[in-house]
Amino acid sequence: MRRLLLRDLALAFRAGGGGLTGLLFFLAVVAIVPFGIGPDVKLLARIGPAILWIGALLAALLGLDRLFQAEREDGTLDLLMMQETPLSLIVLVKCMAHWVSSGLILALSVPVFGLLLNLGPLAIGATMLTLFVGTPALTLIGAGAAAVTVALPRGGLLVSVLVLPLAIPVLIFGVSATQAAIEAPAAFLTPFLILIALNLLFAVLGPLAAATALRSLED
Amino acid sequence: MSDTSLTIRRFADLANPTRFLALSARLLPWICWLTAALFGLGLFYALTSAGDYQQGETVRIMYVHVPSAWLAMMTYMVMTLSALGTLVWRHPLADVSARAAMPIGAAFTALALVTGSLWGKPMWGAWWVWDARLTSFFILFLMYLGLIALNRALEDPTRAARLSAILILLGFINIPIIKFSVDWWNTLHQPASVLRMGGSAIDGEFLRPLLLMAGAFTCLFLALHLGAMRNEILRRRVAALRRQAARGALTAGGPA
Repeated sequence: MRRLLLRDLALAFRAGGGGLTGLLFFLAVVAIVPFGIGPDVKLLARIGPAILWIGALLAALLGLDRLFQAEREDGTLDLLMMQETPLSLIVLVKCMAHWVSSGLILALSVPVFGLLLNLGPLAIGATMLTLFVGTPALTLIGAGAAAVTVALPRGGLLVSVLVLPLAIPVLIFGVSATQAAIEAPAAFLTPFLILIALNLLFAVLGPLAAATALRSLED
Repeated sequence: MSDTSLTIRRFADLANPTRFLALSARLLPWICWLTAALFGLGLFYALTSAGDYQQGETVRIMYVHVPSAWLAMMTYMVMTLSALGTLVWRHPLADVSARAAMPIGAAFTALALVTGSLWGKPMWGAWWVWDARLTSFFILFLMYLGLIALNRALEDPTRAARLSAILILLGFINIPIIKFSVDWWNTLHQPASVLRMGGSAIDGEFLRPLLLMAGAFTCLFLALHLGAMRNEILRRRVAALRRQAARGALTAGGPA
């Protein structure tokens, strides 16, 4: 298990891996928004957390279609499926590796990008926290969709179409928790706890669905 | 096949597509007539009933909007049951049913969204608001479209059935969210008023055409679903026959 995690991480961060591309994409999204809506500092500070969340969602989608595809192409997936460890656990480990190389890095990079969007320290902290808690759910939802589309030649677009509807609740509660933390009267804990609950829910459902989908490809 | 073998005793007997075709061929005309009769009656009441004292004539949008929204959710329930049938019992008709229901559900969802938008403009002053019920219903629409896209992308019908069954079950989380969205987030859309504790909150004047239209929509769904399932079965048969013919031509022409 640990070997698999380390292997996936190494693949993500070495040359040609998707980990840093995601970060660059995130930077591009954040940099484009001020051009689109104008460099109004106050407006940027207000919608900044939402922009960071949308950027994180898109960046997480970016690498998802490759989650199982490379393994399928070189046959590693068949070996993984023949292991004695349950397939859903293997999927969970692969999701963790993907999350570390996408969600975790994005969450850690928020202080830098937050400055570009004129966010205050509190807003940066809140966005970091919610991204840290919320992005695993995005990866886990995406694992199901990636497994479903793994056999398709152009699965990447379809993954986005399938993931987005399910990811909307995560986005809603992530952004509302962040906004609640910044504006005092709203309750922070309620959306934050729902975000954690979504995370746990998809930690069960996502790997199970992905494992079922991968198995059904074989017979 | 003798006539007695076509009688259906248990639900499992429906697994035979020939039996299903025979039964549905007998049922379909009746359902079509029932649909037409209910639509005639429902539309008559819907158009002749009194307008609301506050909403005026626009209240009649309700007679299309509410049934199509109900049916959009019921279609997803049917698809969920079919998905369970595919994954758990490997019922051969379950995937046909799920696949046939997808476009119908998408059409009902689109109808509910469009009529709701037309109703929202005079009542709320906006074509669209990001209210909890509207948003979750919009997500339902996106999921229908995603499922249809997946089915179009996969060629092998059995594999498409297994994969879309998994996605249908994942997406089922949305159904209770739609149902209770008006209670959890108390926003613009009104809460449930027909089926609720302590009796309906709607006057009989409006309830009668509403229920008639709901019955008509349900029959319409049944008719469309049965028809689509028959078409799907026949399409698969045609594809199988074509493959057989092609193989026959190949073996006949090959060695000669």
